[in-house]
Amino acid sequence: MKLSFFLITMASALAVQSCKMKSAESAAGGDAAARTYVAPGKYDELYNFVSGGFNGQVSVYGLPSGRLLKLIPVFSVHPENGYGYSEETKPMLETSFGFVPWDDQHHLALSQTNGEHDGRWLFANANNTPRVGRIDLKTFKTVEIIELPNSGGNHSSPFITENTEYVIAGTRFAVPIANQESALDNDSYKKNFKSTASFIGVDKNTGHMSVSFQIILPGMDLDLSRAGKGPSHGWFFFSTYNTEQASTLLEVNASQKDKDFIVAVNWKKAEEYVKAGKAKKMATEYYHNQLNEETHTAASEVIREVLTLDPEELKDIVYLIPCPKSPHGCDVDPSGEYIIGSGKLAALIPVFSYQKFIKAIEDKAFEGEYNGIPVIKYEAALHGEVQKPGLGPLHTEFDGKGNAYTSFFVSSEIVKWSIKDLKVLDRVPTYYSIGHLMVPGGDTRKPYGKYVVAYNKITKDRYLPTGPELAQSAQLYSIDGDKMQLLLDFPTIGEPHYAQAIPAEKIKDQSVKFYDINKNKHPYASPGEKATKVVREGNVVHVYMTAIRSHLTPDNIEGIQVGDEVYFHVTNLEQDWDIPHGFAIKHAPNAELLIMPGETSTLKFVPVKPGVYPFYCTDFCSALHQEMQGYLRVSPKGSNVPLKWGTGEQEPVAAR
Amino acid sequence: MMNLRYLITFSLALLLALTGCGGSQDKSTEEQSSSSTAQADNSLVAAKPADADPKGIGKFRDVKLTHPLDEAMVQKGREIAEVKCTSCHRLTEEKLVGPGWKGVTDRRTPEWIMNFITNVDEMLDKDPEAQSMLELCMVRMPNQNLTDDEARAILEYLRKNDGKN
Repeated sequence: MKLSFFLITMASALAVQSCKMKSAESAAGGDAAARTYVAPGKYDELYNFVSGGFNGQVSVYGLPSGRLLKLIPVFSVHPENGYGYSEETKPMLETSFGFVPWDDQHHLALSQTNGEHDGRWLFANANNTPRVGRIDLKTFKTVEIIELPNSGGNHSSPFITENTEYVIAGTRFAVPIANQESALDNDSYKKNFKSTASFIGVDKNTGHMSVSFQIILPGMDLDLSRAGKGPSHGWFFFSTYNTEQASTLLEVNASQKDKDFIVAVNWKKAEEYVKAGKAKKMATEYYHNQLNEETHTAASEVIREVLTLDPEELKDIVYLIPCPKSPHGCDVDPSGEYIIGSGKLAALIPVFSYQKFIKAIEDKAFEGEYNGIPVIKYEAALHGEVQKPGLGPLHTEFDGKGNAYTSFFVSSEIVKWSIKDLKVLDRVPTYYSIGHLMVPGGDTRKPYGKYVVAYNKITKDRYLPTGPELAQSAQLYSIDGDKMQLLLDFPTIGEPHYAQAIPAEKIKDQSVKFYDINKNKHPYASPGEKATKVVREGNVVHVYMTAIRSHLTPDNIEGIQVGDEVYFHVTNLEQDWDIPHGFAIKHAPNAELLIMPGETSTLKFVPVKPGVYPFYCTDFCSALHQEMQGYLRVSPKGSNVPLKWGTGEQEPVAAR
Repeated sequence: MMNLRYLITFSLALLLALTGCGGSQDKSTEEQSSSSTAQADNSLVAAKPADADPKGIGKFRDVKLTHPLDEAMVQKGREIAEVKCTSCHRLTEEKLVGPGWKGVTDRRTPEWIMNFITNVDEMLDKDPEAQSMLELCMVRMPNQNLTDDEARAILEYLRKNDGKN
């Protein structure tokens, strides 16, 4: 029944869309150019952190200009700067299943204090190999990645509580706990498959993450989630689909029921149970990788147990609220009172009231149980429904003025509506097929407002054609006035899902400009050219190298043999902003290094043939950058060429 | 639609015309753009002031020298130099990337040296002596972010290198 409805909505959407396409160009208003023009040398108003989807990275754009400022590698290797290739960064991508060089990065959450973005950290989820990463906003570097045990795919993540107490990780795929094997049929699914909601505790001062506890839920797909805020702080809300518990053809089989659930988790209560010793220790294995900013080096630790809570035993930590037709977005308004579920296949948007939900629990207004968990009566928790808002509602953001903005994938539009009286106020087309949308701070207690950005899946005719594969896009709309106004349209890299934006003032002045060379504790650092050397330990050779405008020291190295493991530990001696040096050596089956001022990075190279291997600086650093080069002589194995190195003449006699 | 395109083009042109007048630029823009030009290596084409201040440009106007040399400072200066300076400067008269250090304390005032090594970009952009060195060396000296104390220690090390007492 749901499927046929879906087909009808798709068909009608196409009809609607083809009409709207004609007016695509005329949609931008007359002053749009002025409102998005940021003059050369001027700064943007906002940082926009955008998930990279299948590129596994995070991109940073300026708003309102849409200029790309940076790509931050998180879950995917990045040969451009050596992330995942240098010896220092390799541990970052280690998991209990080995080194994983790629992931699918969907959602982002900026750290919060008192329900507002505080500009300290950015959290990112890995959808495929379940992980959460933390980016330090002083350096825009990935500084920590934690793997999640008992997870089949980390989609409803990394949403965050209002004081960054917890970052959430809810499983998109239910799987048998502890990587167990199981037959793939509906009976086995019901019996063996579980979902988990992991609460990742975040250290207030350091940002360090640890899995505090996991709630083991019945098998279903946890889709998206949001923490409560203000009065509802202490709760977490998840949307779900496939409460039908099908393991195959979910397109049809997970669209059977008229309602799935919003899963409401009382995490304060769960915390109390953990403190009271009610959690069960489960043996497991997962990786926790952290960057040490003094040694510029990441290290992995393996954690072998996790605390779990069973809501079938602990009756008052989880409740289910019926929500129409495979909800996707599950968004909490700035006041913390309203929870909006967006049924992908529904023709309405249900808005739940936190107060009514709490009262329903007190009154025991339950319609029954689902796998031992109480199900609240739909009407008992319902504030109301937005009728006929559009087709295929996905996500909702807020402006802090009582308005909600919902994205509609099928009808390619953003619809503005009033939370209190559930009236549709305005609608604008997107080009095309919007997924997520984002109001700066729109997920916090105090939205910054001013803009809403649409992140679109399809661009078709919007840009010059580039073969079969086209860019996704972002579109910036002003929400200052009563009517939304399209201001700017720009292509994005990767596939943008959720995004965050924060006023530039909260971040820009804390930006690290270089690393203090005197605080560099890298074990192979060369603090000054005098410290450079080449050390052989069996077939392992450590090259202590420095880079400064514009030479590498040593730049002539002899006595290396085929099969040696050569580690180039390159220290950038510069102490000024924006002066990285690069390092690349011919035939290295690896990547380059990009070494920031004051930093040490290491490239491993195992020559397989004798010869002379040129190496050079890859980052244009000065007028004599092209001269910043050298040679490595590689002799056959067992050769008697002695180890020898240097740059130019020997050290002159120091004044003593 | 064509009309609208013209309108957008026109309004962009109008916008450029307005900002081009200069009057609409606020102070922060000017500061920002002047600091960004300070980073660029365009000092060779910049107009040079006629008379050079032998003390250079910067906050050091009167550096008190010690006699005899402060050996603790010399030692500290040597340590700092070995991390941050000697990649490019020899202690002899020989030019490496930058000029050799021998005799620098005879060629320059103590103030000029300290201003140059702490206020690198402004000196390279405005000071005639620093600019003529840049024309010889062709590589802008990196700003190595020395503290005042570190700069003073390096000066002492340079004095030692020149046999001062």
